[in-house]
Amino acid sequence: MAVEPRVAPAPAGQTGPRIVDVRLEGVTKRFDDVVAVDDLSLEIEQGSFFALLGPSGCGKTTTLRMIGGFEEPTSGTIFLGDRDVVGLPPYRRDVNTVFQSYALFPHLSIFENVAFGLRRQGAERKGLRGRVLEMLHLVELEGMERRKPRQLSGGQQQRVALARALVCSPRVLLLDEPLGALDLKLRKQMQLFLKRIQHDIGITFIHVTHDQEEAMTMADRIAVMNKGRIDQLGSPDELYERPETPFVAGFLGVSNLLPGTVAGADVVRLDDGTQVHVAAEALQGRTGRVAVGIRPEKIRIDGGDANTLPGTVSESAYVGVATQYIVETGSGRLTVYVQNVRPGAEGAAPGDRLTLSWSPDATFVVDSTEGSA
Amino acid sequence: MGFLHRHRGLTPYLLLAPGVVWLGLFFLVPLGFLAYQSLESGSIDFGYAFSWSWGNYWNAIRNYRGHFERSLEYAGIATVLALVVSYPVAYWIAFRGGRWKNLLLLFIVAPFFVTYLIRTLAWQTILADHGLVVRTLHHLHVLGSTGRLLNTATAVVAGITYNFLPFMALPLYVSLEQIDGRLIEAAEDLYASRWKAFLRVTLPLSLPGVVAGTLLTFIPAAGDFINAQLLGSPTNHMIGNVIQSKFLELTDYPAAASMSFVLMAAIIVAVLAYARAVGTEQLTG
Ligand SMILES: Nc1ncnc2c1ncn2[C@@H]1O[C@H](COP(=O)(O)OP(=O)(O)OP(=O)(O)O)[C@@H](O)[C@H]1O
Ligand SMILES: [Mg+2]
Repeated sequence: MAVEPRVAPAPAGQTGPRIVDVRLEGVTKRFDDVVAVDDLSLEIEQGSFFALLGPSGCGKTTTLRMIGGFEEPTSGTIFLGDRDVVGLPPYRRDVNTVFQSYALFPHLSIFENVAFGLRRQGAERKGLRGRVLEMLHLVELEGMERRKPRQLSGGQQQRVALARALVCSPRVLLLDEPLGALDLKLRKQMQLFLKRIQHDIGITFIHVTHDQEEAMTMADRIAVMNKGRIDQLGSPDELYERPETPFVAGFLGVSNLLPGTVAGADVVRLDDGTQVHVAAEALQGRTGRVAVGIRPEKIRIDGGDANTLPGTVSESAYVGVATQYIVETGSGRLTVYVQNVRPGAEGAAPGDRLTLSWSPDATFVVDSTEGSA
Repeated sequence: MGFLHRHRGLTPYLLLAPGVVWLGLFFLVPLGFLAYQSLESGSIDFGYAFSWSWGNYWNAIRNYRGHFERSLEYAGIATVLALVVSYPVAYWIAFRGGRWKNLLLLFIVAPFFVTYLIRTLAWQTILADHGLVVRTLHHLHVLGSTGRLLNTATAVVAGITYNFLPFMALPLYVSLEQIDGRLIEAAEDLYASRWKAFLRVTLPLSLPGVVAGTLLTFIPAAGDFINAQLLGSPTNHMIGNVIQSKFLELTDYPAAASMSFVLMAAIIVAVLAYARAVGTEQLTG
């Protein structure tokens, strides 16, 4: 089931003409018989923090490498600004990369690592030292310039890699899972750090990750990739609130998908006969078999919303901020999160019968999951 | 076992012991004996006796200075040639060899399956006066009509280069093979052209291989005598030829021994000068 990427309009409140930094048009990359990237089209706006999110092997790295010039597309065109860069070697492209392995030059000092790109660009000797030191200051590594890469910790090496790429002021910075090798705490710190730097210097970042939380935390726009294609592209909240494919719904957070049939302009009838009201635009003209989706935290167990579904609690688990219930209904098993707002409030217990309810606005519709993976 | 447990600090020394004993018995003892011999005087008929004959050394240097210089010169040129020939080959195998790598390496080592002597004799045929190479060079007017290759310095250097090529190529290959390809991608990402990326990243990272290969080639080449013997004329003879004939034909042991020591000293000086020039910091850093 192929879903065309739906390119959402520019964020509201934007003034002046939209400037596109990176544009991919029908890009396909084939390795022998593997199609790594499949007819992918995409626009990335200047100054945005863009995330390519997807499971392992979906073609994220390949896409990034084609933008960087390390792979050539089998077909399609890649523009940096107005310039078609297909066929240009990496050193003629105005992009820099932060590699997952950092790829710092082991024989050069930290200073020379950061100065590498500037020297190749023929930067003036006088200004060079200042620029390198300023960049080391920005990534909080002042005083380390004489060390060799192997004398730094993983997190410090990561920041050298960042400084080395940023110091050349590229049009676009490519980051391939740059935080993959760091432990969780450092990862969280670096996420905020990267976000702040991107905000301060305003360079377009394209960040590859398979961690949906990381993408949501950092990016303005996220493209969710699946099997070499973009399933959906949008802001984090658009993707979370209005996923358009079962894949996106499942990849970003937990979601309940209930199979049903479209039965009107804003109604879907579940297989047990229950009518579910949805926002009319959520249907997007779909007819026939679909699946209705509701996020676990949008469901209430005390009634009061327009859509209702009776069920029996089969499990409950207290997880601090919320209690998680698994509820069996005539249309399938639902996960429900109820926030623990008042201390000591009695929740439901396994075996209790209750009526789940949620609002039509909190309901999304995706293509049917039947007959596909 | 109890002993080792109580004296754990001894373990490294015990592990080193076989090597140290081996080195002592088969290298240091003969070396000491050679040093002793180099200071003897006398003749084979009346016997040699130890007499602090430092004159052996002065004679060696005075009489055979040309041979010493030629040895270092031929070995030096052959080492540079071997480096120039091997580097691209090793580079190509390391980065482009793919699944053929091991087979290609085998080709590099293949000549070693044939004895040294036979390999060098084969070059006699290759460089012979009416051989294909010489005729072609005549044809192309690179060589004059009476010009020849056999029994010239060119032939000796070519022979040495060929015979020591694997000693150069293998360490080069090993150091190039270890280079992470992503470093070269990173260099190109940072605006280095292919050539600049090679100069700034690949070449410096392969220096340990260059140094190892250079030493493994230069040191034995400087003491070689087979190539000069089979491919050169007496005017191309190296110090190895002199030592060989003094030892085995003239049985003038003190002269041969003192020459060996002079050669050793010359090589050590050359190697130290080279190490200084390359910069030990590059190698260890
Ligand atoms: N050089 C190559 N030769 C052959 N196949 C390749 C090559 N590079 C990538 N592929 C294939 O292309 C597909 C996409 O790979 P890619 O590295 O882009 O995935 P990814 O999304 O970055 O995955 P991960 O999250 O694991 O890094 C995979 O099936 C992979 O096996
Ligand atoms: Mg990847």
